[in-house]
Amino acid sequence: MAAPLTLLLIVAVTIRAALFRSSLAELIAERVEVVSPITAWKRVVEGLALLDLGVSPYSGDVFHETPLIIYMFHFLVDYAEITFMTFVFGALCVCICFFFIYLSLMPFQFRKQKFALEADRYPMDSLELIRSPKEMYYVPLKVAMFYLLNPFTILSCVAKSTCGLNNAVLALFFLSTIKGNVLLSAIFLCLATYQSIYPITLCAPAMLYFMQRQYIPVNFHRVSFWWFIVQYLFMYLGSLFVLICLSFFLLGSWDYLPSVYGFILSVPDLTPNIGLFWYFFAEMFEHFRLFFLCVFQINVFFYTIPLSIKLKEHPVFLIFMQLAVISIFKSYPTVGDVALYLAFLPVWSHLHRFLRNIFLVSCVLLACSALFPVLWHLWIYAGSANSNFYYAITLLFNVAQILLVSDYFYAFLRREHHLTNGLYLKRKDGSEATLILK
Amino acid sequence: CVCACMSATVDAAADIQGTSAPETVVPSSVPQPKDDFQEELVIRPLHSGDIYASFQFRTLWDTDFMRENKVSHYRLFPKSLGQVISKFSVRELHISFTQGYWRTMQWGQPFIPSPPGAELWVWFQDSVTDVDATWKELTNVLSGIFCASLNFIDSTNTVQPSASFKPLGLGNVTDHSFLRYATLPREIVCTENLTPWKKLLPCGSKAGLAVLLKSEKLFHSSFHSQAVHIRSVCQDWQCKTTSWELRQTLNSVFDLHNSGQTKREWSLFKMFSRTLTEACPLASSSKLYIDITDNPQVTTSLLSQAVVLGDRRTFSVYDLTQETTFGTVRSLNLLIRWKSNEGEMLRPLLHAERYVAGYGLQTGEIHTLMYNNHPYRSFPVLLLDSVPWYLRLYIHTLSVTSKGKDNKPSYIHYEPSKDRVKPHLLEMLIQLPPNSVTEVTVQFERALLKWTEYPPDPNHGFYVGSSVISSLVPSTVAMHTNSTRERPLFSSFFPCKEESSYFVRIYTEPLLVNLPTPDFSMPYNVICLTCTVVAVGYGSLYNLLTRSFQIEEPNPGLAKRIANVIRRMRGVPPL
Repeated sequence: MAAPLTLLLIVAVTIRAALFRSSLAELIAERVEVVSPITAWKRVVEGLALLDLGVSPYSGDVFHETPLIIYMFHFLVDYAEITFMTFVFGALCVCICFFFIYLSLMPFQFRKQKFALEADRYPMDSLELIRSPKEMYYVPLKVAMFYLLNPFTILSCVAKSTCGLNNAVLALFFLSTIKGNVLLSAIFLCLATYQSIYPITLCAPAMLYFMQRQYIPVNFHRVSFWWFIVQYLFMYLGSLFVLICLSFFLLGSWDYLPSVYGFILSVPDLTPNIGLFWYFFAEMFEHFRLFFLCVFQINVFFYTIPLSIKLKEHPVFLIFMQLAVISIFKSYPTVGDVALYLAFLPVWSHLHRFLRNIFLVSCVLLACSALFPVLWHLWIYAGSANSNFYYAITLLFNVAQILLVSDYFYAFLRREHHLTNGLYLKRKDGSEATLILK
Repeated sequence: CVCACMSATVDAAADIQGTSAPETVVPSSVPQPKDDFQEELVIRPLHSGDIYASFQFRTLWDTDFMRENKVSHYRLFPKSLGQVISKFSVRELHISFTQGYWRTMQWGQPFIPSPPGAELWVWFQDSVTDVDATWKELTNVLSGIFCASLNFIDSTNTVQPSASFKPLGLGNVTDHSFLRYATLPREIVCTENLTPWKKLLPCGSKAGLAVLLKSEKLFHSSFHSQAVHIRSVCQDWQCKTTSWELRQTLNSVFDLHNSGQTKREWSLFKMFSRTLTEACPLASSSKLYIDITDNPQVTTSLLSQAVVLGDRRTFSVYDLTQETTFGTVRSLNLLIRWKSNEGEMLRPLLHAERYVAGYGLQTGEIHTLMYNNHPYRSFPVLLLDSVPWYLRLYIHTLSVTSKGKDNKPSYIHYEPSKDRVKPHLLEMLIQLPPNSVTEVTVQFERALLKWTEYPPDPNHGFYVGSSVISSLVPSTVAMHTNSTRERPLFSSFFPCKEESSYFVRIYTEPLLVNLPTPDFSMPYNVICLTCTVVAVGYGSLYNLLTRSFQIEEPNPGLAKRIANVIRRMRGVPPL
């Protein structure tokens, strides 16, 4: 396992290094699909230049990173390429943590399955649905491959987008959650939330995972349930408070709050990207702007509670669903965010027999990824298309992502149903039954 | 060479240095402050065959607008402007409306520079507490006085320069928070702006030099600029008393070919379709100057010399307050004829250009080129750039190069823009090496605006106001530093603090930049389509969250269903 992983790492590093040195690096760093006003490297350099000129970077509207990032890059700016290569290693965290998932999940899962078998809870014919250690052996390697060799990730890394930093922090959060370290998990989640607000919805799956691990029943009437929630939230909110106060002391003012969080929530910059917000708010009637802004922002946070209730036994899948919802519906998405949840897909490779639309979805995603630069060029440079063409591809890309996520959700729920009810279902008269959602 | 002939004989003695005796007013119970009005017209043939006419009307009034009891008896000073000064506590006000762009390389330096469009800059008194609110009110009031759309001046195009635009009148001010500068490059000047401007003159357009201001000829020119400048000046050398000065200036350049002429021959009638009949009776001095420096063979004896723009020029002077100037026909029409085309124009020492580089609607680069044509002297220039917020400047890409090498500015003041609130402000002090071109480049990114923020013709582009370059240029002739000496008006506009240099302000071209546009016919469609995508996501997740898997029961036929309904009603088990 170590040898293929090392080989994979070398290939990934080589590809990135080759692209860094070529002339494509500047081209990629300007692409709107890869960088957004929040994550662009050009803006980080601009913020540092403003700091050198003695002007606060937040007095203008160009810089939207957090103060910790300014100070981190202030020291590292000469070594920027190496920094971003370390994001490659941050991505390694993703695969390491999956490795550990199975180190920890495997015995847990097998115990559960064995118990269910012995208690005759699983019908005999659903045996083939149960995962064996052999087939799960290569999952971490596949996850690493999916993330490191994903063209989206490569583009994001070569563009030096700070999305890679965010992904690394989220991967560390995931790793510490799986390992069972409550404090570290709270701290990393707090760092991810500090950078972009949306990871706050990952609190719920983290808490569910810890409760499952510590055998705390998820029951509103139990004191232990509330006590654990209080503990986790205390650690999370405490570290968030510390970070915010630290940022205040770094720059001496609260200017960064409207510049960073106000910017993410109120979407004043309508630069085109692969998300739904930009054209919607470019064409919005002024009267309804605030209303639709609230609707779209609530849309991101709104799926937390229903998904948590439905998936309370499966917090890892819940994390995947939450990450996907955030990546699709956030205000300034980039392909780096898409790559993060796409890296999870090999973990659910056992669901492939229940997926219904996977061929269509993958074709649409490939086609859209190819059409994005073409239609951008036609609009901005050739002048022969207009903004509607690019907008249409944006819509299609998001529909494809939504279909992908809901397809995996369907497959997951269906497998659970088959595990408890048997794989080959029969109707009352003995003929083969079809399963529908009702 | 040029010969100037007149339609009447002229008397020899003419005032070389005009005296301006303040008008004595009829004494009344309240001692009236003294006021004085002077008018002058300078005609200067340009090297390209065009002709440059510059009118200046100056009213001096020894009064105090800032005192408690309001000034109510206005005589020569226009009441509307006096009320503006006292109500808004204005220390200095400069407003100009310009049509066309001044071509420095073909026409030389103007007496009063102005950028294309409208420009307004105001210094407020220290007593003003809320400068921004006062500025807003002032622009609206001026918009009404001049019939111009100055109400488009708001915080998105107003800047507070930190080093340029020092007061041209009295006042040793260092606090630039009382200064506001705004420019509207898209503003058009027309007859509706000329008429209220003429009304501010004491004689209106009925007597004096203002009778020449006819709009059908004035707006048929290559360059037309009218301005109002209000400031405090000293009355005497020790500056014991001060008075308010109002200058109204009008500069025009008449194009040789545009006016359908074949020969290089100009006359007052050809330029203005009027001749002069009398001076304004309220004026203490009314003079007409013709610049004959390039043509020394002129045969009149009414000559005067003045130092203007670092150069000693010779003028032929006509005093309109003298009856003899008009001769027996009671009208003055001057004819200027060229005999041949010769001579080289003196190259202006400081000259600037600006353009946008790059292609596509995503990014671009602003290049400003400044030429120092002095053979051996270098001098510093102050460059002021105000760029609207929707062109996002990246100051880390700023580069200043002279003769191919990096030229670091000694002073940079940069205020980044805030979306929809304020524009970028960049001010730099750059030393221009002798005989060189200095290039300043900055990269920018074009923003996508909301569909309601585009002007009616969005593909025309957006205007970026001219850059302002202020400098003290070395002079070949000693300049006079005593501002209270009697001098022609055109040489006393900019204050002169030292003898070896003169102040020059240059405006570059305004830029026209295209921004990416959304489709303006699509708001409803976009809202529906995007909400559909969100609904697809919501719907799929809702289905999966609220429904569970069940075995599908086949749907019985219609007959069986009706039979089952009847059976249920009878209480019998269904089929």
